[in-house]
Amino acid sequence: MARAAVRRRLTGPLPWRVAYLVAARAETPTSRTLVLQVDGWPGHRPGQHVDLRLTAEDCYSVQRGYSVASAPDGERIELTVQLLADGEVSPFLVHDYAIGDPVELRGPIGGWFVWDPADSQPVLLIGGGSGIVPLIAILRTRRAVGSSTPFRLLYSVRTPDDVYYRDELTGNDDVETTILYTRSAPGDSTRLAGRLTADDIGGWRDTHPRAYICGPTGFVEAASRLLVTLHYAARHIRTERFGPGGD
Amino acid sequence: MTEQRPEPTYLDGNALAGPLTDLFIVDVAQASTCCVGCGHRCRVAELRVYLSGPGAVARCPVCSGVVLRYVRTSTTAILDLRGTLALSVQLETAAGEPGQS
Amino acid sequence: MALVTPGFRGRRRGSSERLPPGQYLVEDFPVLSAGPTPDVRLEEWRFTIRSETGSDHSWSWAGLLALPAETPVVDIHCVTKWSKLDTRWSGVSIDTLMAEVETGAEFALVQCYGGYTTNLPLADLLDGRAWIVYRYDGTDLPAEHGGPARLLVPHLYFWKSAKWVRGIQLLPKDEPGFWESLGYHDYGDPWREQRYAGD
Repeated sequence: MARAAVRRRLTGPLPWRVAYLVAARAETPTSRTLVLQVDGWPGHRPGQHVDLRLTAEDCYSVQRGYSVASAPDGERIELTVQLLADGEVSPFLVHDYAIGDPVELRGPIGGWFVWDPADSQPVLLIGGGSGIVPLIAILRTRRAVGSSTPFRLLYSVRTPDDVYYRDELTGNDDVETTILYTRSAPGDSTRLAGRLTADDIGGWRDTHPRAYICGPTGFVEAASRLLVTLHYAARHIRTERFGPGGD
Repeated sequence: MTEQRPEPTYLDGNALAGPLTDLFIVDVAQASTCCVGCGHRCRVAELRVYLSGPGAVARCPVCSGVVLRYVRTSTTAILDLRGTLALSVQLETAAGEPGQS
Repeated sequence: MALVTPGFRGRRRGSSERLPPGQYLVEDFPVLSAGPTPDVRLEEWRFTIRSETGSDHSWSWAGLLALPAETPVVDIHCVTKWSKLDTRWSGVSIDTLMAEVETGAEFALVQCYGGYTTNLPLADLLDGRAWIVYRYDGTDLPAEHGGPARLLVPHLYFWKSAKWVRGIQLLPKDEPGFWESLGYHDYGDPWREQRYAGD
């Protein structure tokens, strides 16, 4: 199987750039999409992420990685940040980070968890919670390039209030999309609330799809095990773990 | 009541890709490793990464052995690769096509 | 210096005259581990001091709990710059464990379930400066913080207070442990900011 080549950077170490918040919108009651202008942005591949570096006035500094949610679009990128109750960075990005203000940013990062539009293999996307973010970048890129590669999305969230990009996902006619709920499902749902099972994944009719799984570590491990029990070969599975996330 | 398995806390090698840009101009998440403990081969992106205080530890997903460790001081970046037989990176040729192995 | 992010403050952190240089106070107790939390069953747990001649002194869990316990209240300082003051522990002084051990060794290599190691001079484990602790803040030491038992040696950076401790190897020469072999300081005095080798 041909592997995507590793891209060489032409210059030295990946530089920290200054990005500015040009727009923001609430994605759910507890998440916010940030639209950043990044001068000199070299472009990105769907699935990649950026590191943000935040520094307080006393020079205390922290870094966090965020998947890019947008398809390539010049020097603009979008991130969707989930508010974590005991988080150190997310409360700032969701509540306080103001339009026009700068943030240091490094990227794009990561050449493994990416989708190449030139790859004609069908794709199965499995996202848990905020794990949908790099997957929406892949979906948006697919639409932007006019790809007709068969795609399927399984998106697991706790409750209907936690669904990111709902209109966009449910309006997507040529991507078979299933949103499943682990804590409480809508009244008209045919599936009871509960975690992802092998039945939800089912089989695939023709060619083995390339699977992308992203979300909290526990979710990714469980979903990977389910794919293995369904005889998906490990070499067709790519994963990105966001660390502990609760159920 | 069934006993809950504790929520796994590790990340994966995608989390190291940013910090390792200090050392590599190629994308390291895609690089292949071979665990010296059990022989399991996988990409750096598939290793289990523990962000300890002093540094990052990337472990084999099969045997949990240490594959690589990374420390960043204010002046130095230190990468310990003793846990892998090699770090293997596929390069582009001059024409931009994947290199032949 | 990195660009200041307007409005960003980060986790609550304070200062105090009791802090070594470069440290700040935190209110939580960060969990930082070099690997998965080992699953150690108490009936199989053992702590062993092995001298440089190879002779072993070993305690089971019940044996450890039967020893006289102390309740040190100490300040702890992590190399990543957070500190906590007046942390409360219960455990057995290393002086008690070393009482029957004959040795001429000057150095110790601390060994742990899961494979972690750290080194320090034997003298820094003695004279009331170190314990094997099994309770923190009034309850059994949680596994994520090193339970069932960890080393506590608070006058050095906290990476020396090894979690999931299972033994001490006494050695005539200093042998670098897990982080010391990767650029961290063999001694690690927070008051002299000995974070990295050569500091």
